[in-house]
Amino acid sequence: MSALLELRGVRAAHGRITVLHGVSLSVAAGEVVALLGPNGAGKTTILRVAAGVHPAESGRLLLGGRDVTGARPGDLARAGVCLIPEGRGVFPNLSVRDNLLMMTFAGRTRAEIEEIAFTRFPVLAGRAGQTAGTLSGGEQQMLALARGLATDPAVLLLDELSMGLAPLVVGRLYEQVAEIARQGVAVLVVEQFAAAVLGIADRAAVLVRGRIERQGDPGDGLRAELSALYLGSAT
Amino acid sequence: MEQFLAFGIVGLSTAAIYAVIGSGLVLTYVTTGVFNFAHGAAGMLAAFAYWQLSAGWGWPVPVALAVVLLVLAPAFGLFVERVLLRPVQHLGEVERMVMMVALLSGLIAAARWIWNPNEARPLPVFFADRAPLRAGPVTITWHQALTMAVAVVAAVGLWALLNRTRTGAEMRATVDDRALAGLTGADPVRANRVAWILGTQLAAAGGILIAPAVALDARQLSLLIVSAYTAAIFGRLRSLPLTFLGAVVVGCLESYLTGYLPQNAYLPGLRLAAPALLLFAALLLFPHRRLRGRDRRLAPVPAPSARGALVFAASVAALGAVLATVLQGKDLITLGPLLPLGIVALSYVPLAGYAGQISLCQLSMAGIGAVVWAHLGAGGQPWALVVAVLVSALVGALVALPALRLSGVYLALGTAAFTVVLDRWIFTLPSFDVLGVRISMFDQGSLEVSGPSLLGLRLDGERELMVLSAVCLALVSLGVAVLRRGRFGRRLIALRDSEAAYATLGGNLLAARVAVFALAAGIAGFGGALYGMQLRTITAEQFSLVAGLPIFLIAVIGGLGYVGNGLFSGTAFVGPNILLGLASWTQNVVAVLPALAGMGLGHSPDGLVPRLRREWEPVARDRVVLPAVLCVLALAWLLRIADAVNGWLLLAGALAGALALRGWAAARRGAAAEPEIPVEWWGVRRPWRAEDGEVLARGIARG
Ligand SMILES: Nc1ncnc2c1ncn2[C@@H]1O[C@H](COP(=O)(O)OP(=O)(O)OP(=O)(O)O)[C@@H](O)[C@H]1O
Ligand SMILES: [Mg+2]
Repeated sequence: MSALLELRGVRAAHGRITVLHGVSLSVAAGEVVALLGPNGAGKTTILRVAAGVHPAESGRLLLGGRDVTGARPGDLARAGVCLIPEGRGVFPNLSVRDNLLMMTFAGRTRAEIEEIAFTRFPVLAGRAGQTAGTLSGGEQQMLALARGLATDPAVLLLDELSMGLAPLVVGRLYEQVAEIARQGVAVLVVEQFAAAVLGIADRAAVLVRGRIERQGDPGDGLRAELSALYLGSAT
Repeated sequence: MEQFLAFGIVGLSTAAIYAVIGSGLVLTYVTTGVFNFAHGAAGMLAAFAYWQLSAGWGWPVPVALAVVLLVLAPAFGLFVERVLLRPVQHLGEVERMVMMVALLSGLIAAARWIWNPNEARPLPVFFADRAPLRAGPVTITWHQALTMAVAVVAAVGLWALLNRTRTGAEMRATVDDRALAGLTGADPVRANRVAWILGTQLAAAGGILIAPAVALDARQLSLLIVSAYTAAIFGRLRSLPLTFLGAVVVGCLESYLTGYLPQNAYLPGLRLAAPALLLFAALLLFPHRRLRGRDRRLAPVPAPSARGALVFAASVAALGAVLATVLQGKDLITLGPLLPLGIVALSYVPLAGYAGQISLCQLSMAGIGAVVWAHLGAGGQPWALVVAVLVSALVGALVALPALRLSGVYLALGTAAFTVVLDRWIFTLPSFDVLGVRISMFDQGSLEVSGPSLLGLRLDGERELMVLSAVCLALVSLGVAVLRRGRFGRRLIALRDSEAAYATLGGNLLAARVAVFALAAGIAGFGGALYGMQLRTITAEQFSLVAGLPIFLIAVIGGLGYVGNGLFSGTAFVGPNILLGLASWTQNVVAVLPALAGMGLGHSPDGLVPRLRREWEPVARDRVVLPAVLCVLALAWLLRIADAVNGWLLLAGALAGALALRGWAAARRGAAAEPEIPVEWWGVRRPWRAEDGEVLARGIARG
């Protein structure tokens, strides 16, 4: 499988502090890669670099084999990179309908987008006129994830979809993610709630202090290692 | 009936203008998150520019209109976006509002500079030569019809843009979350530009349409913003249809008040103040919420050390003594208000700095103190000064009660409205009786103010008053420092950091807010009384909203959390006045200075006082340089007293000497400088300092 999204030796810093020390990571079409690691490891930063929101100090970013290092977020978005950021990736003062309207940049019409979003997430249909900031946390994440469905991205970057949500809702959201990947989208998922994502992941990478420590099968060995990492017992 | 209809038509055409300007406010707020106090001033500038092109230079009306609306207004909007707002974009909502206050103040000063306010500039109405339209009993002039048509077109067009197009959605999305907007293919910078261009064009259209009906006057046109804000608040700064409705209410109310208000000495001001009263009421009646997710930036509020505060107070008193002996004649009068206005500015420190309550009415409170003193203290009785402080504090508490529902920029707007009510109505009233107490204002003109008698001495000369003001400023500064170190000060800061947390911790919000408003108003009233003594005759104009804005700006630039701000603001605001006599144009330069300073906020958002402090601290701590500085100053002072040098030479010499010595101190310190010690080793490799705890706490709090 050829990589759709590829980071090569990416270094990134916040101010003077280097957060990523040469990260190389690739995701192929139709593949779900789980990016795991302790708090502050730099997972969010990787996604932000991949979406063009945060500049890389050195290293390359490739999209479908093309070098897109340094492209602006808007251009990457049009080229098919879709980042659902940490927290709630919706515009809180816009209505659900207007939030959906913001997804038209990729070519679909407003009506088509509403159709897609409301069939996948019927709750949203009943709340079309409501201000997005007043939706429940789960509903807001559904609305955010609708962008990943409606804009036909090539690459979907998800940051902590589960934050603050009930396990049942998380399970449903990740079913949708698996569905998106089956259509050939390259998916990179950051998740603290590892159990939720390892079920659907094809591969997992563990990031510790800005370096990928391990990559491979999301099997039992990795689980054991992860729990050691989170509980702080192993080195 | 016919008369009623006629007033209705006048009201509706005024309403149309308010609707145009108000919808511009809504547009800039929902698409850029900026509380645009300068919106009316932009319209004012457009009206003047249009006058200049059409009447002044004789260009044909359509050309002049096209140039103003299609070239100048968009260019001005882009200028505001690029030069003023981008540097403060990452700061909070309040900083952006301060920028707009600076722009308002600066545009008024600039317009009065370019277009001499004493000349009349009549502007003809549009289609003046066409016969008015008649429909049954109503008559509508073409100008009125045009105005209403413009309002309807603007409202419908804007509504469609914001709610029916992707560009509109992008513009609104950009305020919500710039980064996310970028992720959805929008260009936040472009969205902001479009918003500013359209907003300024709307302001310009409103300004040009209303200018023929009112005089072409910079202040009056800029304060149209009050009516426009009333309309916009009806729409909660969000809804265009409701803004339109609000405009109709305000426009018709004004028109009918003109027509039907009984003739009476107390009421004409009420008509002028009606939009402000309505704005105040609208702010209280319509629950508004901030845009979601707007964050606030909390400036640091260091606690002054006891020793530092004492040294500072002593220096202020010494400065007063020096000024009183050094200055002569006109300069003595020009610089007289320096220290009293410093006290007024200092009132912002507990109110805005500690408690986070942005109030634009502090100079009005000073006005109340001055009025009370003028009436009661004519004989110089010291108790009258106490009464002046108490009355101001009482009025401050009264403002705080309704204002409890407001916070942040809305509080600023509410207090501005209150100030306008005072300016236009209360301060202009003849005297009246309430419950048997005779209450007098400015007696519809000016008041004589005399100095106080203290300890058997009648303090009436400029020099004595200068010393008195210095001692008072020193004492008030000391008081504010004590307040900061005490329990009440810490509570106020907790209140500012989080009102919700303060309330859940069992604090009484109402009591704290009323207390701090009263305290600040009392300080301002005290400063106002001293200011009045220096001025000798006072008029309502000297305490108006427009007069108060520069003081607010200077105080913000100084840094609201710092006790040294009183002296700084007084000096920075009044100091440049010594240039007044030099040339005819210096007056105008001095008038725009505070606004320019305010626009520099982006460069030092935490204020200049801490910066000055950092720069001068080596001098104060140096055991060799400090005595040297003091000697130089003392020598300069003696030379001046002996009349060996003149005032300018003294100023230049003292400044040059002090700067040179500061450089020396910095060099000495650099030589002996301790190597930078990492935080972990504080208290180990070097002794633990008193301020380290706070430094660490703040570092941690900022994450
Ligand atoms: N805006 C910022 N300014 C300064 N430092 C930052 C900023 N954002 C992140 N950092 C730092 O960069 C490091 C990596 O942050 P990042 O958000 O990528 O971590 P993360 O792996 O996503 O953590 P979490 O699991 O807690 O979300 C952290 O040490 C963090 O403190
Ligand atoms: Mg993260």
